[in-house]
Amino acid sequence: MNYKRLSIFAGLNGSGKTNIAVNFAKHIKSKGDEVTVCDLDIVNPYFRTKDSENELRDLGINLIASQFANTNLDAPAIPKEIYSIIAARDICGVLDIGGDDRGALALGRYAPDILDENNYEMYLVVNFSRPLTRNFDDVIVVINEIEDACKIKFTKIVNNTNIGDETTKEVVLSGYKKTCELSEKTGLPISFTSVERRLFNELNEIIPDLFPLDLQKRIINS
Amino acid sequence: MSEKVLMKGNEAIAEAAILAGCRHYFGYPITPQTEIAAYMAKKMPKINGTFLQAESEIAAINMVYGVASTGKRVMTSSSSPGIALKCEGISYLAGADLPALIVNVQRGGPGLGGIQPSQSDYHLATKGPGHGDFHVLCFAPASVQEMADLTAHAFECAEKYRMPSMLLADGTLGQMMEPVVLPKPSDAGKYDNSWAVTGTNNERKHNIINSLYLSPAELEKLNFERYERYEQIKKDEPMWEEYLMDDAEICVVSYGITARISRNAVDEARKQGIKVGMIRPITVWPFPVEPLKKAADKVERFICVELNMGQMKDDIELAIHCKKPVDLCIRTGGMLPSPDEVLAVIKK
Repeated sequence: MNYKRLSIFAGLNGSGKTNIAVNFAKHIKSKGDEVTVCDLDIVNPYFRTKDSENELRDLGINLIASQFANTNLDAPAIPKEIYSIIAARDICGVLDIGGDDRGALALGRYAPDILDENNYEMYLVVNFSRPLTRNFDDVIVVINEIEDACKIKFTKIVNNTNIGDETTKEVVLSGYKKTCELSEKTGLPISFTSVERRLFNELNEIIPDLFPLDLQKRIINS
Repeated sequence: MSEKVLMKGNEAIAEAAILAGCRHYFGYPITPQTEIAAYMAKKMPKINGTFLQAESEIAAINMVYGVASTGKRVMTSSSSPGIALKCEGISYLAGADLPALIVNVQRGGPGLGGIQPSQSDYHLATKGPGHGDFHVLCFAPASVQEMADLTAHAFECAEKYRMPSMLLADGTLGQMMEPVVLPKPSDAGKYDNSWAVTGTNNERKHNIINSLYLSPAELEKLNFERYERYEQIKKDEPMWEEYLMDDAEICVVSYGITARISRNAVDEARKQGIKVGMIRPITVWPFPVEPLKKAADKVERFICVELNMGQMKDDIELAIHCKKPVDLCIRTGGMLPSPDEVLAVIKK
């Protein structure tokens, strides 16, 4: 999987951006590049990159997240340290953006610097099994809203179609087909399809550019 | 529609309410339930419904009172501190015998507390959320699927008994994502709503929706009548799930998100040869007294697992007439117990 200096993951609330960002950072690290995960989520108070803080630290991946993430303070604050990644052009950065246009608004303040450097990929993460993005028209509305909010255009699509623990090969394949159509309609190329690691072998022959995900640890089973 | 979609608990409640014919939502944002309002804001305009962000929680609940008076399905949602503000209006709904759905996605308290999950509104929800003698029907889902399923049921029960229903969830359930099969569409109308104010067309007498009674005798009579209804509800409406109770010597009692965690602990204990089961109240008012009473003759002890200081323990002890000890496994302030913590109390 190729990557540019900045990998920006945006999309609808609950499309899987955080899990993908964490795994993508691990991928970059495994290629020998220094990488920092930047949590720009101002929308979601629960289930944050902060949940993976220890794991990332053990792998030598830096995490910049709000000091208030996962605390009892609902402050949509962005840590000032994020500027250091935007400015330091020798370190890879993975940017986890909050859901929808509201989340993308936080990215907008860095847009001039990001566009000026022009060494980024802005990924649209889609899950066609989410209730508000089940058809193309809905997704295209979201694309426009997010691009308007952050002033950066998407460059690639990530297919992350899943229904959690119960995801099957068929669910991913159906999402992949829709993603191909979306790609044709929008002109945006598909970068990769992400799947839980347990489904990787089953799908690797069928879907190109398959990216295995290890999900954040949970204490509740289905 | 049988195809599964991936939803947050909050979204599942919102979509299920729309499928249940609810076209009126009034709310005020508060973490961790804001996705309900956000979902309604996106969808209601597309289906000719009303989403209105009120100037306060109190305004929102009084708007609910207005629509409920017409017999239409209507809801509001909030989280603990916001529900406390709504209590005046909930009492008025109860006093006027109006059906409505109130969703409480609980967070830590007291006071401003915190935004992490909690079950510390158990007393508030089950004893009567507001002034005066009344109850609300209170449902405690334990999965995103159940949040969807119980939403329509809560509307229907509210209409059956002409009283408010509350869905009592918590921040984790509201925020977590699980696959869901959305319920079939339904609507109000199964139960008599000839009381609703829908315009007389000069064909009938005015219906009056009111909770003010100038005659003390009349007010007392209505209170007694309402409590007769509650006795019927206690007989007919308790819902619960029993898990591995047939040979259980220890009974875990837990609802909502802690029941999910407890279930993992019960499974692990069973692997270790400990005969433990679980009774999961699905309605917390009416409380499922019967299965607990039955269990009290068989098990050695009960364990109450909750995200509060042990508020349900009183209800368990009442149900079992204090026949057996009730141990606590509790966390508060937004903390969740791990399955190992529950297991440690099982093994005590």
